[in-house]
Amino acid sequence: MSVLAQPPAAQAHRGLLARAWDSDIGYSFRTSPVAIGAAAITLVIVLATVFAEFITPQNPFDAAALNLMDGFTPPGEAGAGSGMYFGLGADSQGRDMYSAILYGSRVSLLIGTASVIFSLVLGVSLGLIAGYIGGRIEALIMRIADIQLSFPAILVALLVFGIARGLIHPSLHEQMTFAVMTIAIGLSNWAQYARTVRASTLVEKRKEYVDAARVIGLRAFPVMIKHVLPNVAGPILVIATINLALAVLEEATLSFLGVGMPPTQPSLGTLIRIGQQFLFSGEWWILLFPSLALVTIALSINLFGDWLRDALNPKLR
Amino acid sequence: MSTAIVEQPNEVFAGTAGPLVKVDHLTCVFDVSRPWLERTLAGAPKQMLTAVADLSFEIARRETFALVGESGSGKSTVARMVVGLLSPTAGQVTIDGVSMSDPRLAAAREKLRRRIQMIFQDPFASLNPRWRVDRIVAEPIRAFGITRNDAEVEARVSELLKLVRLDPADGRKYPHEFSGGQRQRIAIARALSANPEFIVCDEPTSALDVSVQAQILNLMRDLQDRLGLTYLFISHNLAVVRHMATRIGVMYLGRLVEVAPARDIFAHPRHPYTRMLLDAVPDLAMAGRQRKPVDGETPNPIAPPPGCPFHPRCPFAAERCRTERPHAIVTGSVSVACHAVEEGRI
Amino acid sequence: MTEPLLSIRELRVEFPTRRGILTAVDGVSFDIAPGEVLGVVGESGAGKSLTGAAIIGLLDPPGRIAGGEVLLKGQRIDNLPPEGLRRIRGKRIGMVFQDPLTSLNPLFRIGEQLIETIQLHTGMNAAQARDRAIALLVDVGIPAAERRIDAYPYQFSGGMRQRVVLALALAADPELIIADEPTTALDVSVQAQIIALMKRLCREHNVAIMLITHDMGVIAETADRVAVMYAGRIAEIGPVRDVIGRAHHPYTQGLMGSIPTLTATAERLTQIPGSMPRLTDIPTGCAFNPRCPHVFDRCRVERPELLPAERTLAACWLYAADRRATA
Repeated sequence: MSVLAQPPAAQAHRGLLARAWDSDIGYSFRTSPVAIGAAAITLVIVLATVFAEFITPQNPFDAAALNLMDGFTPPGEAGAGSGMYFGLGADSQGRDMYSAILYGSRVSLLIGTASVIFSLVLGVSLGLIAGYIGGRIEALIMRIADIQLSFPAILVALLVFGIARGLIHPSLHEQMTFAVMTIAIGLSNWAQYARTVRASTLVEKRKEYVDAARVIGLRAFPVMIKHVLPNVAGPILVIATINLALAVLEEATLSFLGVGMPPTQPSLGTLIRIGQQFLFSGEWWILLFPSLALVTIALSINLFGDWLRDALNPKLR
Repeated sequence: MSTAIVEQPNEVFAGTAGPLVKVDHLTCVFDVSRPWLERTLAGAPKQMLTAVADLSFEIARRETFALVGESGSGKSTVARMVVGLLSPTAGQVTIDGVSMSDPRLAAAREKLRRRIQMIFQDPFASLNPRWRVDRIVAEPIRAFGITRNDAEVEARVSELLKLVRLDPADGRKYPHEFSGGQRQRIAIARALSANPEFIVCDEPTSALDVSVQAQILNLMRDLQDRLGLTYLFISHNLAVVRHMATRIGVMYLGRLVEVAPARDIFAHPRHPYTRMLLDAVPDLAMAGRQRKPVDGETPNPIAPPPGCPFHPRCPFAAERCRTERPHAIVTGSVSVACHAVEEGRI
Repeated sequence: MTEPLLSIRELRVEFPTRRGILTAVDGVSFDIAPGEVLGVVGESGAGKSLTGAAIIGLLDPPGRIAGGEVLLKGQRIDNLPPEGLRRIRGKRIGMVFQDPLTSLNPLFRIGEQLIETIQLHTGMNAAQARDRAIALLVDVGIPAAERRIDAYPYQFSGGMRQRVVLALALAADPELIIADEPTTALDVSVQAQIIALMKRLCREHNVAIMLITHDMGVIAETADRVAVMYAGRIAEIGPVRDVIGRAHHPYTQGLMGSIPTLTATAERLTQIPGSMPRLTDIPTGCAFNPRCPHVFDRCRVERPELLPAERTLAACWLYAADRRATA
């Protein structure tokens, strides 16, 4: 019977990685220098921020480790106080810029990732419910999404941030900033997931495999999770990747505006805000290096997302 | 072949008297109007489409009852109502004495579900592309809690794959690695996995090539003999139906126009629409000859003609056909809804 | 014998992919005489639609003609530049597809589309073209053609739309119409109407038709000759009655036996074991050999040419001269 269908059988038993490497997407990756470059840079940055403790000379968040005498040391020189070597210079507090950038990137990426997960879970759930259940629930969810999309994301985030500040006791503000930022950025981005997932769900739920699951008595929730969700996941992945870059930028914007991370645990945006005060007094490195880091992170994630979108879209192949 | 687990002819139920499936005055009306807001703004009325109207038939145990009709006849809607994918607007489906719409019988109905399965038209859409074949086939086994023991599930899945003449090793693959015919075998294995006795087949071979269709039709017949299955077989292809069915119901615009044993329909079609359908089927024996084309096309089901729905295309239409809807007249094993037949005009 | 209208010689269509080159049509040759209906039948993946697309230069990239010749009245058309082919399409070769909406633009009235085609290929003025468009619509059986000419495609039923597409294909008086599954999307009763119409038009306008379909019943009724394709090659070709009634290639025999009919009451249908090979691994020798009940050594190594078998030609070593001598 299956003499003719033999070749795929051999394939099925190979490892997941080997098959991914050999798949169409794997091939598209191997032959795209931009994708390889973007992925490599992203990977290096992520690894560097994760292991920042081991590759930086000081902990920039620890006020005790700083020496005020090192303040404004230019790049490539030794500090006047500690005699430490500052490859990317030091800021007004004598903080090593290289260390500050890695720790700051870590904060930025953490907030970005957490807010993407938050908006993804929220948007995907609402989109699945809207598409699968339909009717009034769908109309309600999608109109809220429309309203949300008609405001600029940064405005929504500012609004949420403001409300949260008002609700939380001032003594908790600094501790809660991370969570508040995550929710504020997350809430400003969920609508795109909801729309995409709803559209794909409308297509998938008409397919007969959904009927087949309903025939054996599966209720709406298991059908959505076990059958529909895996089949609408492709576009979600693309949006999530591109949104990660946007969320990092959004976090930087909020921090730059002074409503984000406090200077005691600075993110890239906070570093840039601090740095721009010194631009005209000649200490250019305090602004330039965090800005370059931000651009590199956003660009490489974005380029990777662009490639992923093209690779997953069969029409372009 | 060791098919001890799979092969359990449904003797428990075979003893019960009466038909296995009874469909009474089944009606399905769809609301096809535009969304509420748009409609209100435009001041447009609601638009209703009667897909199935007042349909009644019975299916005896171990027989194949076929519903044939052209697109828009409502045959697939009937299939969806019978398996419970769609709630009827009126009327009811009774399976083995249990009404499928009586709220008091919810518990009995849950038990009944295991005994009803469906095979779909498009084998490229009916298998979840992200699931491995063994998980697909095992889904009903797990859903109905037949066994929770992984080894038992695995043994059963490989027996089922063997039963539909696939390699048990195929279970580790994904659906996209199979041809259309092989996928339909997987769909059949899934339908059989919970030992059902009644299978609704909605155009099971119309997406397949003819040589593959022959394989699947033969397989379905073998399985019916072996496992004592009852089929409701939906098709637009009269030649396929002739090969499979014991009894046939012909549908036109949501209504049954004729129900008769298969032999009778092909030897002595009574309703003018049945005659027309038979004349329109291309046949290999006709090489070089002309078949008889019929005038007109199926009217829009949103605004069906009054009286007999077939009268605008019917060569025997009389005044009565234009105003009065014909009812099914039963003579022996044949039931026909046609004034001309009732009056003896044809 | 008269000169053939269309002549295909050793046509080869390839799809380069990253896993290698797939040969979807492999050495196909046939002729169509003026006014003849040639049926091309095969299961999905047999290469029948690609053969049609290759003839009129409508292969989707990366598909390409990798060998062979297409001759229209003795003139090669497969190596024409795109502009030259476009002039032949519509003017000398008309096209009908399965879905009428691929030929009709939903945004334009059918009259506009007909008149545009007529003017493009005949140089008539607008009034003449409109008269001709109405005449064509009457000819294909559109009731109230003078009024319906200003309707949009969505205002027609499926059968009526396919009639409009036929009118469009006939607009410039072509010599050949390539019809790819023209009746597949239609109900049987409407299918019968369209087939009767095609046969009448073919006779009255003296156009030849290359009718591509998977439906043997439609071929039986419509075609004069039929080519049966398998895995990109012609398995058997001959007069339609002989191919259906006395098939010689084992694949054709299996195919005919597997078609359920209204008259036969056989309990089981004949079935061909196995399934169509994938384009990535077409067997060596005869492409059908792993599924063939009569397979012998030669079939596994050497690809058969079309050999005479009674009134048909079959690509099968059973009909080689040395075998027939011993049989």
